[in-house]
Amino acid sequence: MKNKTNIVLTGVGGQGVITAANILGKAAVKAKLNVYVSEVHGMAQRGGSVNCSVRIGNVSGPLVANGTADAIISTEPIEALRYVQFSNKNTKIITDITPVIPFTVSSGGEEYPDINLVFKELSNYGKLYKIDAVKIARDAGALITKNIVMLGALSAIDVLPFKSEILLDTILENIPPKFKEINKKAFEDGLKAIKI
Amino acid sequence: MEILEDTPGKQILLLGNEAITRGALEAGIDVATTYPGTPSSEIADTFSLIARSFTKQKKDPGYYFEYSTNEKVALEVAAAASITGLRALTCMKHVGLNVASDAFMTYCYVGCKGGHIIVSADDPTCHSSQNEQDNRYYAIFGSAPMLEPSTPEEAKEMTRIGFDISEEVKLPLLLRTTTRLNHIRGPIELKKLQKPRRKGQFKKDPMLVTVPAIARLQHPILLKKMEQAEKISEKSQFNKIINIGKPDGWGIVTSGVAYNYVRELVDDMRLDVKILKLGMTHPIPRKMCEDFIKSCKNIVVVEELEPILENQFKTIAYDLGSNVNIYGKSTCHFSRLYEFNIDIVADAFSKIFKVKNPISNPKESKIELPSRPPALCPGCPHRATYYAVKKAAPKTTIYPTDIGCYTLGKAPPYEVADLLLCMGSNAGTACGLAVATDEKIVSFMGDSTFFHAGIPPIIDAVHHNHDVVICVLDNRTTAMTGHQPHPGTDFDGMGRAAKRIFVEDVVKGCGVEHIEMVDPNNIKETTEAFKRALEFQGPSVVVSISPCILLENRDKRKRGEEIFVYEIDQEKCKKCKTCVERFACPAIYHGEDDMILIDGQQCNGCGNCATICPFEAISSKEAKK
Repeated sequence: MKNKTNIVLTGVGGQGVITAANILGKAAVKAKLNVYVSEVHGMAQRGGSVNCSVRIGNVSGPLVANGTADAIISTEPIEALRYVQFSNKNTKIITDITPVIPFTVSSGGEEYPDINLVFKELSNYGKLYKIDAVKIARDAGALITKNIVMLGALSAIDVLPFKSEILLDTILENIPPKFKEINKKAFEDGLKAIKI
Repeated sequence: MEILEDTPGKQILLLGNEAITRGALEAGIDVATTYPGTPSSEIADTFSLIARSFTKQKKDPGYYFEYSTNEKVALEVAAAASITGLRALTCMKHVGLNVASDAFMTYCYVGCKGGHIIVSADDPTCHSSQNEQDNRYYAIFGSAPMLEPSTPEEAKEMTRIGFDISEEVKLPLLLRTTTRLNHIRGPIELKKLQKPRRKGQFKKDPMLVTVPAIARLQHPILLKKMEQAEKISEKSQFNKIINIGKPDGWGIVTSGVAYNYVRELVDDMRLDVKILKLGMTHPIPRKMCEDFIKSCKNIVVVEELEPILENQFKTIAYDLGSNVNIYGKSTCHFSRLYEFNIDIVADAFSKIFKVKNPISNPKESKIELPSRPPALCPGCPHRATYYAVKKAAPKTTIYPTDIGCYTLGKAPPYEVADLLLCMGSNAGTACGLAVATDEKIVSFMGDSTFFHAGIPPIIDAVHHNHDVVICVLDNRTTAMTGHQPHPGTDFDGMGRAAKRIFVEDVVKGCGVEHIEMVDPNNIKETTEAFKRALEFQGPSVVVSISPCILLENRDKRKRGEEIFVYEIDQEKCKKCKTCVERFACPAIYHGEDDMILIDGQQCNGCGNCATICPFEAISSKEAKK
């Protein structure tokens, strides 16, 4: 096992990125591993670009260094591209395929790039996995579980230094009982959606 | 609640801020006070969350907690409790200590009895602040012992043990944190929870009254206390030397979050060094530092922001007659700007130690990406107020603003934020602009800011008859920092009923003669109200009341009410773009074929776009899912 695992989670404020990072951190503690989770609060939250670092193992620094991410998990395509500085040729990149159009595009005159170009560019920075997390989450029963779908997908790419069961257990321990089935399905379908 | 578990030895994951709260609970906290401010807020919010859950069950949490009117009041409330022998904690963001500094400076003369920890949450890189001042200077300025944690675990332990240190030297202790400590999660080991003392005892003592004769006696006592604190620092478990490999005269001095980067890179770059990791950074353990300097030929000082340790090490080296080389900010290897990261420290180390930098150069996407700056939420009542004021005020109007979500009015198309210094500065600078120019002045502040620091400048405007319009954007909460209550809400931080103070009553009491009360969602009347206020000669106040849409919708969901989202009727839409470009709600966007559309996911159902549409093309249809 590698002694350091570096994961970058990105997306747009409100998509549950910070919650997903927090769950990953709790799962690492459950697996009796050292972990640091770093997140952004305050002004950057509302509709802004969000990125969290999760570092597991023999680590001290709370932030992932440039070129050292084992995985970049993004709930929005251009938000994956915004943080490719963390990637190296071995980085695994998982992104949801659904764009969230920023207001700077909708009303401010900036442009959202062609989505196929975004995927093509992303594949230059690591091994790219695309996933329709919006559909999977809706099919599981609630769009809000999209972040859980992404955690399921992350469990499929052989990056985490613990078993996917530990992650699923942690998810289920941290949500109200009535949402357990939906989240379990979201996680499992996310896991299945990645073909290695 | 996991944070309340009394299971010593168990490891749990906590946010740095939550770890500080846990540390206080393990030290038997009696009184906790704050004014919210990022990145400090979750310390107090955790005290509040616990207290509210106890209140709900009609139980007593064992401590008293309040969101005070401002940081100065917060410090004074807690200081008095400490003087009666209780354990107290006051937390705030770095600039909050500026507000509390008047109390802080003389409090150090008077001293405390029960342990008192003042948490300063500094914000290198200004992630959510108006400056990146280094509050370690306050520990030196006021003469207070200081601890600087590197990890959540250390933050908890420093809080727990900090109470003992504070009690031993009878001085408030500054726990100086930075964003990257406050907002990282890490494993912490639970220790036993301590029972609080409950009631203090005030012993009358002339030494508590700092008239000049007493202050002159207290100052030398303070210096003596700091000598005692230095002895504690010499023995502190938080100051330690870590030897890596065969150091051969190379040493690194570091503190706080910077230590984490040093520790990781020393391994990754295979450096042979001894690290002096300082956790108690005021007073520094002088003897320990002298010995460290004597054992080194070269010392690298790694600290964020100001060269505080670096300058102290240079002073000690000078006093010792040492010719040790000191690398740091003065040698331009490190910057006084912004927070550090592994990349920054690795770059400096590769130059100083002349080894290969293990971190690769950052790659950047070749595709230009649209920006995603923070914006007022869809349905935010401030947007409606701004839309109205822009219709009412002349183009040359100057808009001083303040600290809160509404600062986002700086962005186009509103552009109603022209000058900002600090909490409450909107109205004070409005007065100055009225004196210095012939332009119309409309200033903005939120309701929490009004109570915090907005009242004295209104009194100034009234007393001197400054021709200003001061607008209080009353969204019934402290929205930006996470919806904390304030003196204008009818409940407090412990979840108990509280006396609501009305902004308009206070303003009236200050002698303001022209007061307008508006609901900004009635854009037409709000526009008229601003016109009347602008015509009035002398100070006028517009109170624009509408709850934060996030709070309102949360309450609606709790009550089982539906939120109806709005749609644009494409037959009626004439593409005038008033909604998308002048009202500029983020939920409204340019779709394909030049259509203007509303994103039902983002729409919060305020309906203001329907009001401002000249062609009545917008209406609500479906309930939001």
